[in-house]
Amino acid sequence: MNLHLEQLVNTLRERFGDAVEDVVDFRDDVIVTVHRDIIVEAATLLRDNPECPFPLCEDVFGIDAFTEKKRFEVNYRFFSLEKNERVHLKVRVDEDDAVVPSITDVFPCAGWYEREAWDMIGVTFSGHPDLRRIYMPEDYEYFPLRKDFPLMGVSGSIPLPKRG
Amino acid sequence: MSTPYNTTEDYFDVPVLTGQLPPKEKRTKLLQALLDMDPDISFDDPLENDMILNMGPSHPATHGVLRILLRLDGETIVNAMPELGYLHRGYEKIAENETYHEFITHTDRLDYLQPVHNNIGFILAVEKLLGIEAPPRAQYIRTMLGELARISSHLVAFGVMAMDVGAMTLLLWCFREREKIHDIFDLVIGARFTTSYTRIGGLSQDITDEGLHAIRAFLEQFPERLNEGERLLNRNRIFVDRCRGTGVISGEQALAWGLTGPNLRASGVALDLRRDTPYLVYNDLDFEVITEPECDSLARYYVRLREMKESVRMVYQCMDKIPAGSIHAHEPKKVLPRKERIYTRMEELIHDFMIVNFGVNPPSGEVHHAIESSKGQLGFHIVSRGEGHPWRLKIRSPSFCNLQALPVLLKGHMLSDILAILGSLDPVMGEADK
Repeated sequence: MNLHLEQLVNTLRERFGDAVEDVVDFRDDVIVTVHRDIIVEAATLLRDNPECPFPLCEDVFGIDAFTEKKRFEVNYRFFSLEKNERVHLKVRVDEDDAVVPSITDVFPCAGWYEREAWDMIGVTFSGHPDLRRIYMPEDYEYFPLRKDFPLMGVSGSIPLPKRG
Repeated sequence: MSTPYNTTEDYFDVPVLTGQLPPKEKRTKLLQALLDMDPDISFDDPLENDMILNMGPSHPATHGVLRILLRLDGETIVNAMPELGYLHRGYEKIAENETYHEFITHTDRLDYLQPVHNNIGFILAVEKLLGIEAPPRAQYIRTMLGELARISSHLVAFGVMAMDVGAMTLLLWCFREREKIHDIFDLVIGARFTTSYTRIGGLSQDITDEGLHAIRAFLEQFPERLNEGERLLNRNRIFVDRCRGTGVISGEQALAWGLTGPNLRASGVALDLRRDTPYLVYNDLDFEVITEPECDSLARYYVRLREMKESVRMVYQCMDKIPAGSIHAHEPKKVLPRKERIYTRMEELIHDFMIVNFGVNPPSGEVHHAIESSKGQLGFHIVSRGEGHPWRLKIRSPSFCNLQALPVLLKGHMLSDILAILGSLDPVMGEADK
């Protein structure tokens, strides 16, 4: 971890205390796991951070960790144009309470990213202005990127037009 | 029972001709008769009503299967809503069930206009996860073919944008040049479109002298051909008038909406991963990051045009600097051994068996690697759990993110401007829908 990111992690720790749950540094990719309640504030802090601002939200996506507790992870990635650094934030939620606050107010581009995460994994984003499915049909019942969804798909889940 | 003033004769009969008003009861009956008639004759102003127009998903100007719902006020766009998913094939799901080598072929089908970049982006992420690096010769070849792929992709953007606004000739000229690049790919890689060129720690095959000559022959005639195309468009009144001032997005707004690549650089933001987070051999090359301050469709056209010229310079530099040596990293347990050695040596046979059947087993962890593809930042995020296949692979496709800004770009423009704006944005649906 280089100096800018170390400073950033320290700032996050000072500001949010125990809400910063974990910091992983693997192959120069720094992933900061935070509690879901502070994700909007943390994203705002990253965007407006005076030393190393991160004005570009590159991606938001869900991961199905397939664990008993905290099954779903939502990964956020930000890029700093000044220092050319990337930082990942991660939020972990339970399956029966898979709700994460939306960061669309801070980064408008997160709108589609969050729609994709909802479509594929099934994590709801509270406060999202237009949380519809983005790839699958609106009335589709399953979430394809969950680990319990079979690779071949569920037969009959997408009704096909009748043969004439 | 009929009212007394059913006909005009009844009415004019008494009061008007005598110069007197009709008696009060008759006037009341007249009014009532008028009121009872169908009052539904109204003249709505057509410009006061919004119209919903459905553009696509199969429309020649949407570059694939993009559907745009438009709310129009007359011919002015009030709001637009792109709808995706018509080409969704679930590549991220497929990736979770295949080894890293097997998924290389699927990356060809993401951005089908420049498959080499997808191969490179994916393999660099895998190599980062494994902690290995391809030897310099392989890196130079990757850079060189990547830049050729960038030229071929920009040629499509260039020609199709011109065609969308009415200049048919240029499309044919661009595809003629693109065909030459595909011939080079055919010679060097063995396939024109679906290249699958990269392997973990190297390439599928080395470049021959014949291939290098073909590239040099292409580069020597290409700038002149490009100039011809440029001369058709740069001072073309119709083209310039349709593109200048349409689809304006400021630098901050472009960043906030997640634009990357030429679209962001046309808004004056100099973000180019080739310079900012150098990968492959871009550190050794001398090139300029092209930006344009105008922020409109014409600026995006100029950025692509100038980037092609920079790419030509970069390929020349690569050809001068390309070192001799192996194209496979010396990592026996991670890099596929060569066929002739598999058939003659025990060790290689075992390694080949293990790699093909169980995959390379990288350490657990999450890595992300992004490259500057011709559309923008193409990122691959791999979550590994130490198995031969990724636990989760997330593709950050630039076309998906660029399309999100479409409503912002379209708002307030005329219906026919969609073509110029969408053409300048250059989305590829294979990548946006994954």
